[in-house]
Amino acid sequence: MSTHTSDNVGVVTPSVFHYPEPFVLQNGGALEGFDLVYETYGNLNATASNAVLICHALSGHHHAAGYHDSADTKPGWWDSCIGPGKAMDTDKLFIVSVNNLGGCHGSTGPESIDPSTQEPFGPDFPQVVVKDWVASQMLLAEHLQIERFLAVIGGSLGGMQALQWSIDFPERVENAVLIATAAKLTAQNIAFNEIARQAITSDPEYRAGRYRLEDTNPDHGLMLARMIGHVTYLSDDGMASRFGRELKSGDIDKDQDVEFQVESYLHHQGRSFTQRFDANTYLLMTRALDYFDPARETDGDLVAALNHAKARFLVMSFTSDWRFSPERSKEIVDALIAAGKDVAAAVIESEHGHDSFLLPIPRYTSALQAYLNHALSRATEQWNH
Amino acid sequence: MRPDLELVANLIQTDARVLDLGCGDGELLHNLQQHKSVIGYGLDKDAENIGLCLAKGVNVIEQDLDEGLGNFQDDSFDMVIMTETIQSVHNPLLLLQEMLRVGRECVVTFPNFGHWRCRLHLAASGKMPVSAHLPHRWYDTPNIHLCTFNDFEALCAHLNMLILQRRVVNRHHNERSLINLAPNLFGSYGFYHLGRTT
Repeated sequence: MSTHTSDNVGVVTPSVFHYPEPFVLQNGGALEGFDLVYETYGNLNATASNAVLICHALSGHHHAAGYHDSADTKPGWWDSCIGPGKAMDTDKLFIVSVNNLGGCHGSTGPESIDPSTQEPFGPDFPQVVVKDWVASQMLLAEHLQIERFLAVIGGSLGGMQALQWSIDFPERVENAVLIATAAKLTAQNIAFNEIARQAITSDPEYRAGRYRLEDTNPDHGLMLARMIGHVTYLSDDGMASRFGRELKSGDIDKDQDVEFQVESYLHHQGRSFTQRFDANTYLLMTRALDYFDPARETDGDLVAALNHAKARFLVMSFTSDWRFSPERSKEIVDALIAAGKDVAAAVIESEHGHDSFLLPIPRYTSALQAYLNHALSRATEQWNH
Repeated sequence: MRPDLELVANLIQTDARVLDLGCGDGELLHNLQQHKSVIGYGLDKDAENIGLCLAKGVNVIEQDLDEGLGNFQDDSFDMVIMTETIQSVHNPLLLLQEMLRVGRECVVTFPNFGHWRCRLHLAASGKMPVSAHLPHRWYDTPNIHLCTFNDFEALCAHLNMLILQRRVVNRHHNERSLINLAPNLFGSYGFYHLGRTT
């Protein structure tokens, strides 16, 4: 595997933004400062008008594109869309991708040391919400001297951040691209998150969240949580065509222990997740998902919540996505229209469920590319006037 | 720009709020955004068209007109436009009513099934007309609700809609004297600017 082919950004090295001041959170808590790990791809132009912020989803992180070293075989999580000539074209755009507060990939989170106790925060890490993430990303933008993002882009929980950006910092977002997301979760969606949380917290190895101190990990609970999540990110048809009823091992007719392909896949996904994800972060991120509801500040009126937004919006969803269904995107689109905002919306045919937003589906990536190309040429025109 | 779109564009005021039903590649809205700074949305259900609209920076919404306009509020547009689309929707009556609910005025253009060529074709061959402006055969046509100018005007009367302006053109989008003499016989395309009676 070559990591230096022309269709990817090659080897990237993460950076750390250290914010030394107290940072007050929405829930009243505070951090005495924080670190945000981030990566950038492409070059910021002279007018700083080509900057794009990528917001990650539940299990994401800052490593969205390229490779971490030349032996690395797995590219960043959104490599299908970020790179030279890709939908988010690094020949034209300067892309910033950040690991959110509360994460477990280098930014300040439950695994970080609490300065007041000199021990890992663990379960005592304050609950952060989407608005906090946006506020911290904004401080990173200032650090990078980006006054205004050409676009803030995210899928799922990342789309929620892009939406919150457009509300909280209307002057700083030219385009908000919301992919496979929702203005708030449905009861069904929250229910899946709660089952995942219960799987983790009921694992005896969870130890009330202090598993690190006791040198253990709630592997089983975290694995279950990920398996549940995975099923909801795929679709019935997608699983049927990918796994069908194929057996990985055993023979049903011979009364042997049988493992279906789909079981094997879920076990593998679950197990590998426990190697790279922190249980307390998973709890925190799912709660941030559940709590997100920008219309709560306007008595449930999403149109009113969007009233001051100035961005142009692109809203995309996928036909087989039932966790963040096209109906949820339509709610956002309808509210944007009612608020008189510029918005375009596409519903992409796909059998890959919620995971579609991570895949190189031609109609999806070309729509994103067309939109961003136009956004960039409009921004360039404005600068030249 | 397509000649019929030119006719439509001439009716739109600067800064108007415009909804274009079946907006195609977004040519009209793109033109109106550039020259009349309208706030406009286009609805379409064709994937390729949506891509073309995005490339132009047009506010295109992927939406099937057969699902109605329930997501648009009353009086939210100055003009609702539907060019050469009404013949392919499932419920033209309902959609017309919806157009004048969400918009104060609307423009509808469509091919005339009462054109003499259609009539002659049916009379002479006994088969459904296939012509330059209606090229499909009966079994593969998207045009499931073809009508004549007389039919359309009768529906407008039935729905108490005001015909503010009617323009009738031939297939080259020219207005000729013969057409004015007997539009339902010689006109290929009709252009109707409609308003509410109250």
